[in-house]
Amino acid sequence: MGQITLQGVQKSFGPVHIIKGADLDIADGSFVVFVGPSGCGKTTLLRLIAGLEDVTGGAILIDGKNVVDTPPAKRGLSMVFQSYALYPHMSVRGNIGFGLKMAGLAKDEINRKVEAAAATLNLTPYLERKPRELSGGQRQRVAIGRAIVREPKAFLFDEPLSNLDAALRVQMRIEVTRLQKQLGTTAIYVTHDQVEAMTMADKIVVLNGGKIEQYGSPLQLYERPANLFVAGFIGSPKMNFVTGESAAQKGAATIGVRPEHLKIERDGGGGWQGTIAVAEHLGSDTFLYVDAGPLGMLTARYIGELSLHAGDRVSLVPDPARIHRFDQSGNALRN
Amino acid sequence: MATRQTQFLARSLLSPAVGLLFIWMIVPLALTLYFSTLHYSLLDPGSEEFVGLENFRYFLTDPAFLASLQNTLVLVGSVLALTILLGIPLALLLDQPVVGRNFVRLMVIAPFFVMPTVSALVWKNLLMHPVSGLFAWLAKLVGLTPIDWFNDVPLFSVILIVAWQWLPFATLILLTALQSLDEEQKEAAEMDGASAVSTFIYITLPHLARPITVVILIETIFLLTVFAEIFVTTGGGPGLQTTNIAFLIYSQALIQFDVGSASAGGLVAVVIANIVAFFLVRIVGRNLEA
Repeated sequence: MGQITLQGVQKSFGPVHIIKGADLDIADGSFVVFVGPSGCGKTTLLRLIAGLEDVTGGAILIDGKNVVDTPPAKRGLSMVFQSYALYPHMSVRGNIGFGLKMAGLAKDEINRKVEAAAATLNLTPYLERKPRELSGGQRQRVAIGRAIVREPKAFLFDEPLSNLDAALRVQMRIEVTRLQKQLGTTAIYVTHDQVEAMTMADKIVVLNGGKIEQYGSPLQLYERPANLFVAGFIGSPKMNFVTGESAAQKGAATIGVRPEHLKIERDGGGGWQGTIAVAEHLGSDTFLYVDAGPLGMLTARYIGELSLHAGDRVSLVPDPARIHRFDQSGNALRN
Repeated sequence: MATRQTQFLARSLLSPAVGLLFIWMIVPLALTLYFSTLHYSLLDPGSEEFVGLENFRYFLTDPAFLASLQNTLVLVGSVLALTILLGIPLALLLDQPVVGRNFVRLMVIAPFFVMPTVSALVWKNLLMHPVSGLFAWLAKLVGLTPIDWFNDVPLFSVILIVAWQWLPFATLILLTALQSLDEEQKEAAEMDGASAVSTFIYITLPHLARPITVVILIETIFLLTVFAEIFVTTGGGPGLQTTNIAFLIYSQALIQFDVGSASAGGLVAVVIANIVAFFLVRIVGRNLEA
């Protein structure tokens, strides 16, 4: 079991409020991603759950028990650090088995468990090596092995893939997701990369300035962002925001349209007129950055190749069903 | 710029400095080698003559030689043990966030900046003096008989003084090493359920293996040649109890005025230092390989 509940969790460092009251319900076995810009408090929130920081206020329940005063090791969680934090002088076997050794398990039982974990992660040939003799991806797997061998109630991942190169990151992303599904253990994963968040999560927590902006499944966040921040943060390229008259016509202070929901027409059609400032041709997609005069820069995405170039005039027609409306304070307006 | 030219330039610019250092080293060594084969006594000037290895035989068969060799090894070993065993807890303490940490660090490091002669004098006259010393006053305060340090435990007293001087060095090296210990590693150990003691044994101590090696190697080099502290406090005595190799050579040359024998002793000391260095590198040098 690994059900984690946060009730009004607060954290301040002196006069600085990092977490301004977080309420969250994480179901057993789910994969939850904390995402947000740098300094939004996502890592702090993870460390509060881990017990590496003490909460200033509120309660953290693991399987219904408040663990605020429980030391990290007794919370039954295990953590994968951004730097991996492998013990450099211990072999892979020693690293993975350290937690079990500290728990006072018998030697042969430790060996059995370590070898099982190593087999799951394809680390068996490297068991006797030192961390410095491993590649980045292998070190990453050792760090994960150290986490899974203790059969925790939940895994905590602190930006574990940020030190890997792009190709390896995609591969490890898939491996981590598959491993989590296979073990069925609750996982909390911190990242600033929204692609990681969208692809790995069952549910995403979007954090900004120490507050939870929205909590929901990736597609909920994409299709029904709760406010301007989430709308702008989720999705790449960013959503276009238009204020003024076009927004007022829809009865909103701001309207948002995703680049993929703008229909591109030759000049003279309806919608918003503009001149292409930059055109990016990726083959699979074409991104147009359009200078739309008083509306500012708009981004449009076309799936496939579109032979338009900088300087061409175009009109962009938003898909009326997919216009997001926001009120004065930035909250989404629902019909 | 072609590599060959830059290499030539580098070598020609380096050569004056290297040459000067080489002369600085080779002239005294050659002269010592030369003197060690002469009968050369300052009490009997003008009678220098070639005596072969006679000086070496004289120095090595001198009963003072074995005594001083033993003193040297005891001194080096004890000071190493004291500085490392006290240096580790001290470094751990100084690594803690306390009020006025920078000031405390400065105070701990201070003994290293005191000249050996001065610190030996301070210890001899202000601290260890059997009549007017601080230790004697403390002993009398609790009704004990003051210890006459340099008569009753002369070698131990010298060890205390030298260890006091070298403790800051060991502490400083270990402290910088502690500060480079990855915070996340300690947190990982905490998550793994390691107690403070286990974290120290399994994480901190292995991390300190390399700086400890550095401390042992560097201190050994300097401790083999401790002289000023002995000269100022005990003058090698009582008897031979605090005479180490360095002091023995000094007494050969400038108390007995036998330059030939002292030169031979100097060369013996070089050989001993090399033997010690060889074993040290074999035993602890493995830690230095990355």
